[in-house]
Amino acid sequence: MALLLELGVILVGLSVLGAAARRWSFSPVPLYLLAGLALGNGGIAPVPAAGDFVEVGASIGVVLLLLTLGLEFNTAELTHSLRRHIPSAVVDLVLNATPGAVAGWLLGLSWPGVLALAGATWISSSGIISRLLSDLRRLGNRETPAVLAILVMEDFAMAIYLPVLVVLASGGTWWQALIGVFIAIGSVTAAFTVSHRWGHHVNRWLAHPDDEQLMLRVLGSTLVVAALAELVSVSAAVGAFLVGLTLTGTTAERARAVLAPLRDLFAAAFFLAIGFAVSPADLLPVLPAALGLAAAGVLTKVTTGWYAARRDGIAPRGRLRAGTALIARGEFSIVIMSLAGASSPGLGPVVTAYVLILATIGPLLTRWSGDWLRPRVLRT
Amino acid sequence: MDVNEVLLPGVGLRYEFTNADGDHIGIVARREGNFEILRYGADDPDEAQPLFRLTIAEADTVAEILGAPRIAERFADLTKEVPGLSAGQVVVPASSEHAGKPLGTTRARTRTGASIVAIVRGDSVIASPAPEELLKFGDVLVVIGTHEGINGVRQIIEN
Repeated sequence: MALLLELGVILVGLSVLGAAARRWSFSPVPLYLLAGLALGNGGIAPVPAAGDFVEVGASIGVVLLLLTLGLEFNTAELTHSLRRHIPSAVVDLVLNATPGAVAGWLLGLSWPGVLALAGATWISSSGIISRLLSDLRRLGNRETPAVLAILVMEDFAMAIYLPVLVVLASGGTWWQALIGVFIAIGSVTAAFTVSHRWGHHVNRWLAHPDDEQLMLRVLGSTLVVAALAELVSVSAAVGAFLVGLTLTGTTAERARAVLAPLRDLFAAAFFLAIGFAVSPADLLPVLPAALGLAAAGVLTKVTTGWYAARRDGIAPRGRLRAGTALIARGEFSIVIMSLAGASSPGLGPVVTAYVLILATIGPLLTRWSGDWLRPRVLRT
Repeated sequence: MDVNEVLLPGVGLRYEFTNADGDHIGIVARREGNFEILRYGADDPDEAQPLFRLTIAEADTVAEILGAPRIAERFADLTKEVPGLSAGQVVVPASSEHAGKPLGTTRARTRTGASIVAIVRGDSVIASPAPEELLKFGDVLVVIGTHEGINGVRQIIEN
């Protein structure tokens, strides 16, 4: 009974937080993290009974987050983005991963920890940002394709980055990591080949006209693949991502629709679990480091967006909007941290604080930036 | 009129054009099927001012209002611009074995390469008819294709 009561109260609490976040159109992710901090280890109101459920839910949450990321994906869009914006992607990687790597080194993290922190500062939150652009009615703006292209390329790079990170974090050597990369590249290629050549068979079996069947089949096969991926130490998350890549067309669209509520529930559990694992007392000492990293992260993302938008011939105001839109870090920085967390103990609090800061101020800066550089005469 | 098409990864497509009054108009077609109509401002050419949004059903209705009466002339205009492509009209005679049968059973496009893009039935026009659409005696089919293709469709329908 304690379980149901605690879980119910938690979910009601999250819904209040989520509604407040949506009301001001910023992301619920930092609020979920804060809720996790408050309820977890050393927090103000520990919830012993619901803890186990949240832990289990969290592992499903990661799988669903990456599955839906893969479902979003479309080869045509990737090749289009690559053709136009490879230099932007390189600028994005170099500018944004470097501060994380340097900070990780200064904080004395292990090598996998340095790599993880670099990844966490590099990847913008495609979830937060695409929602934000839609809420701010900026999808039609001319700088938006550049922003979306960067997000697509970052998301795709995860398919290579995550396996390397997982292998190194589990104590593997560089050559094991290299094998991991080959397995990952091989699996991505295989996933694309499968979806290209036999996709209709896979899709036909999965794409049952009944929504309930579709949901059970997609979820079931994803969990099986995720478990197999973990068995060959490629990480469940990467396995789920690959399943998402294989599904295309209307099946992917319908799967996205039926899985969205499930993903929201389990992703919330995932963010809570992250908050549980970090003790609020650990956050204070890393706050200066996280603030410094966040300041660097704001500057580097604004530069990235500025550069990418300028390649598309956008005027300075649009470049600034593109840059500020990219600031928000969120779910994937947290996923990266959770995959590498065990191997470098100092990482968790830094990334949690970092995401808390940037997932909050990123959307605010984006919103305000709409008025910056506006000619004074036209301001009403 | 030039319509610019831009891919929005993960979101859908954006179409952009300038109308005769010089307004820059944009249409965002989301993957989920709904639309956003917007106009680009004068002070910042990159910033879109949202005008209104349309659900799938609303967009269909608007498309019908705008599209139906003009469909036949539009195809005639289109064929002028592409060399080798022409438009023809084929009347379904009472003797046709396809009268009363679905359009799909003619397999016209597979066999001739020409497309039946509209059916004119009395005063109404069925634009982009579905393969399930039943042909009726007296229907006028608007066909787009090469000359041979159009003649091929004529033979299929008239025999």
